[in-house]
Amino acid sequence: MITVDTVTVGYGTTAFVKAVDAVTLTINDNEILGIAGESGSGKSTLMRAIYGDFSTGLRIAGGTVTGRFEDERTGVVTEAQSRDFGKLWWDQISYIPQGSMSVLNPLMRVEKQVVDGLPKREREGDRAALRARIAKFLEGFGLHESVLDAYPHQLSGGMRQRVLVAIAAFVNPRLILADEPTTALDVVVQKKILLMMVEIQRRLRNSLVLVSHDLGVHYQITDRLAVMHRGKIVEMGPTAEIFANPKHEYTQTLIASLPRIDGERREARA
Amino acid sequence: MSGVPVLEVENVGRVYKRGGFFGGHSFKAVDDVSFTLPETPQVFSIVGESGSGKTTLARMVLRLVEPTTGTIRLMGKPLNGKESIDNLAFRRLVQPIFQNPFEAFSAYLPIEAYLTRTALNLKVARNESQARESADVALRSVGLSYERIRGKYIRQFSGGELQRISVARALIPNPKLIVADEPVSMVDASLRMSIVNLFRQIVTEKGVSFIYITHDLSTAYYLSDHVAIMNTGRVVEQGAPGDILANPGEAYTRELMAAIPTIGARWAELDEIDRRYAHERTRDGKSAGKHQQNHF
Repeated sequence: MITVDTVTVGYGTTAFVKAVDAVTLTINDNEILGIAGESGSGKSTLMRAIYGDFSTGLRIAGGTVTGRFEDERTGVVTEAQSRDFGKLWWDQISYIPQGSMSVLNPLMRVEKQVVDGLPKREREGDRAALRARIAKFLEGFGLHESVLDAYPHQLSGGMRQRVLVAIAAFVNPRLILADEPTTALDVVVQKKILLMMVEIQRRLRNSLVLVSHDLGVHYQITDRLAVMHRGKIVEMGPTAEIFANPKHEYTQTLIASLPRIDGERREARA
Repeated sequence: MSGVPVLEVENVGRVYKRGGFFGGHSFKAVDDVSFTLPETPQVFSIVGESGSGKTTLARMVLRLVEPTTGTIRLMGKPLNGKESIDNLAFRRLVQPIFQNPFEAFSAYLPIEAYLTRTALNLKVARNESQARESADVALRSVGLSYERIRGKYIRQFSGGELQRISVARALIPNPKLIVADEPVSMVDASLRMSIVNLFRQIVTEKGVSFIYITHDLSTAYYLSDHVAIMNTGRVVEQGAPGDILANPGEAYTRELMAAIPTIGARWAELDEIDRRYAHERTRDGKSAGKHQQNHF
């Protein structure tokens, strides 16, 4: 699906600041790959390099990101380097960002924003039929058609994020990249969205890459996990194996740092 | 020892009006909430989701919002009304810590100014050198020092360090109570516990009580002496964290617990999804059929 080969990514031209340091990684078909790490570990930069978004001054200084996308309906295979991935956005590749408010236009109803983003092949036929198709798809995730008529501020944060996740899946992409998609949300809403993302991946049998600093989230839904620390992947493998037997010291620290409701407590009473 | 509780919240409610000058409808953000923080220093957690009213409740305790009904007393003195405690005394007794340390501090002011100004404003210090002295004392109790932070701006600190500085600032007047609204939700997971442990240390060493507002039941469980679960403006359940979590009396508490992404206990719903798509995919992550190719 995607091969990341000793890629070094950073920002700036005169003074290059390295954020991702010679990382090698494969994203397989039909899997949920997790990328764990803390602020500044380079996980979001790696994600942007895979998405092929160079608008933020991002620069690949070494190595390659290669993709091979097979459209199962047409059988067409597209091979590309990440600098050309822009043509595949909202077609073969979808992106779910953290802040739903920052990507949705506050002045436009949800329906228009959704339709405008769709690739040509999805826009065929008349507008009413397309709307009906989108509404039916949203309904499959428990979202009422009326969200299409809403302005973004009229929806709660959790609702907006669910709409974004559904829309990302609507175009039937081969690769969905999600950067901290539930970080700003409450646990009950978070669970709903994570279950929805798993269901989408299982249904489409595509690849989902999930960036999160929350190891609990990775434990729950990812099949494979890469742990990043200071721009490098320090540990990678099947998620269950990493949690059963974390090899790198940093992974052990991360796992041990989580409080658990069945775990120990600080002594009550001062 | 005076025997006076640190905080008494009695049948407190807050109503917001929505829409219309004459019409519209009212909305109870907080509805008839009561609890007491006894004299013994402790951590009292208020756990709930967005919209549960936990932040409105915190803002009433901080006197940023006035209750529509009920009474709040701090060290026996009412926060609102004719007999209410004066502002300087109030701010010396209660201090806030906010969620986002990057927003709590200005990017254009060296960080130490927040500590020295707090000392001067609250009349803990009479001049700059006394202010620096009390800032240093407070910073040392959170594992920092005036020397280490002097002249630096927020972008030179991590979220964890800034929250430590927020705690130090709050400690300057030697308060009785610190109200911390989601203080670790912007902090990296591996640093969260060090901040939470710092709260515990301050309870023990400084005799300060904490109201810890959070949506994270697991840190609340770890840290607190007492937990109150809020939903749609009401406290639905309160008690010792061990008791509540071992034997949750409310369906809402059980739902909150079940939504925590715990390591070691996979959500049952995931198995259900996997069963539904089992003919297309096996549990060990290997795909079947024509989609198996491309592992290059």
